[in-house]
Amino acid sequence: MNEHRSPAPQDTPQLTGWRRFASPALCYRLAGHFIRPCTKLAIVLTLAGLYLGFFVAPTDAVQGEVYRIIFIHVPTAWMSMFIYLIMAFWAVVGLVMKTRVSFMLMRALAPTGAIFCFLALWTGALWGRPTWGSYWVWDARLTSQLLLMFLYLGFIALTHSIEDLRRADFAGAILALVGALNVPVIYFSVKWWSTLHQGASVSLSKAPSMATTMLVAMLLVALAAWAYTIAVSMVRLRHIILMRERRSTWVRALLDAQEQKETA
Amino acid sequence: MFAALLRRDLLLAWRSRADVLVSLTFFIIVACLFPFGVGSDKELLIRIGPGVLWVAALLSVLLSLNRLFAQDYADGTLEQWLLSDTPAPLWVAAKILAHWISTGLPLVLISPLLAVLYELPAEWLPTLAVSLLLGTPILALLGAVGAALTLGVRAGGVLIALLVLPLFVPVLIFGAGAVQAVADGTGATPWLLLLGAGDLAALSLAPLACAAALRLAVESG
Repeated sequence: MNEHRSPAPQDTPQLTGWRRFASPALCYRLAGHFIRPCTKLAIVLTLAGLYLGFFVAPTDAVQGEVYRIIFIHVPTAWMSMFIYLIMAFWAVVGLVMKTRVSFMLMRALAPTGAIFCFLALWTGALWGRPTWGSYWVWDARLTSQLLLMFLYLGFIALTHSIEDLRRADFAGAILALVGALNVPVIYFSVKWWSTLHQGASVSLSKAPSMATTMLVAMLLVALAAWAYTIAVSMVRLRHIILMRERRSTWVRALLDAQEQKETA
Repeated sequence: MFAALLRRDLLLAWRSRADVLVSLTFFIIVACLFPFGVGSDKELLIRIGPGVLWVAALLSVLLSLNRLFAQDYADGTLEQWLLSDTPAPLWVAAKILAHWISTGLPLVLISPLLAVLYELPAEWLPTLAVSLLLGTPILALLGAVGAALTLGVRAGGVLIALLVLPLFVPVLIFGAGAVQAVADGTGATPWLLLLGAGDLAALSLAPLACAAALRLAVESG
């Protein structure tokens, strides 16, 4: 009767291949390898990109010096949109594979996305004042960026106000998914809305083609934003993992080892 | 099951008519507040009328959302439904439909009356009513997802507004756009078709997300 008994349950199931990255312990170590190189990369790329943008790139014929805010504005705006998509990606992975680390990564990304979104809006307002004559214009891009900000805030508020961690993770994932499905709808509706109401008073797309140095500078800052995002979200991911796995043996061992190192 | 639940929820709504009247009254009061704020200039009221009525309807739907599942969650009925063998999205859809009939439909019916307060031209009224008829179900469906996600969460009432208002924006744009299009003489059909498409998309996806969120709430509560 006992012949076909399944093997005794192990403490954690052994995962093979790429699935083993679902283990928090392994992820913790892996995340640690990213932090230093990405931080350095972010600093170097930011300095290089901003130097190129602020000192080397030619002055814009129409807008003068003020256009240089583009080197911060556009990379942050790109990044804020990318991060939401990446969050939605991890939400799907988490919902399908039921992997906790995916949710942790999703939550680790959200504050960075919100910060980039805020920076994009802020720099956009500062740029709008001298060029359009007002801090805020109800233009399609600005408005959808603002709504993206609200989506981020909603996500963060929801995941923080649910105390049960499992529910917070899944609820956040559902929200991220619903939000991601809505982003194109929001974008196009806002676009049609702004053409309906004000015609093409503000046209960003008709800007003259960019000089190569400008483009290079912008891409450098964009890459810096990627490196920064990876570094910061990995730090945050490690904190989340430690917090949630604080009762597991490997975290105990890790903390003990650290304590010994400090006392030694 | 679908019909039984629909009948039950409608009966419950009818028995507690006061709750239903609150959200309807809220709609009327918000719509009546605007002239006090912006002045009673006739041309201005005509211009902002469709948008104001749409925003008021949207807020009224938002206000009624946290009632959608709260009662059944509190007394354990929700858990029993989840345990039953009826597919969850099906009865969730029935609940949302009942909720819409008791809170959304009255808004649609009373909207021509409020439009008269704003002295909107008579030929705009059908478009306004139809746009609300097509738009409020989307609001109810999307809002139900928010209501399910925030079920039993502290500060749920404020949270739900933060979650669903960004998602409501396209509906508001299409709905108010339809009336505006009639005003501009460009024809409301494309906007109404977009609203119809939104209905179908929300109807096919929202009950699924809503059911998943409800299961989550019940399992962890």
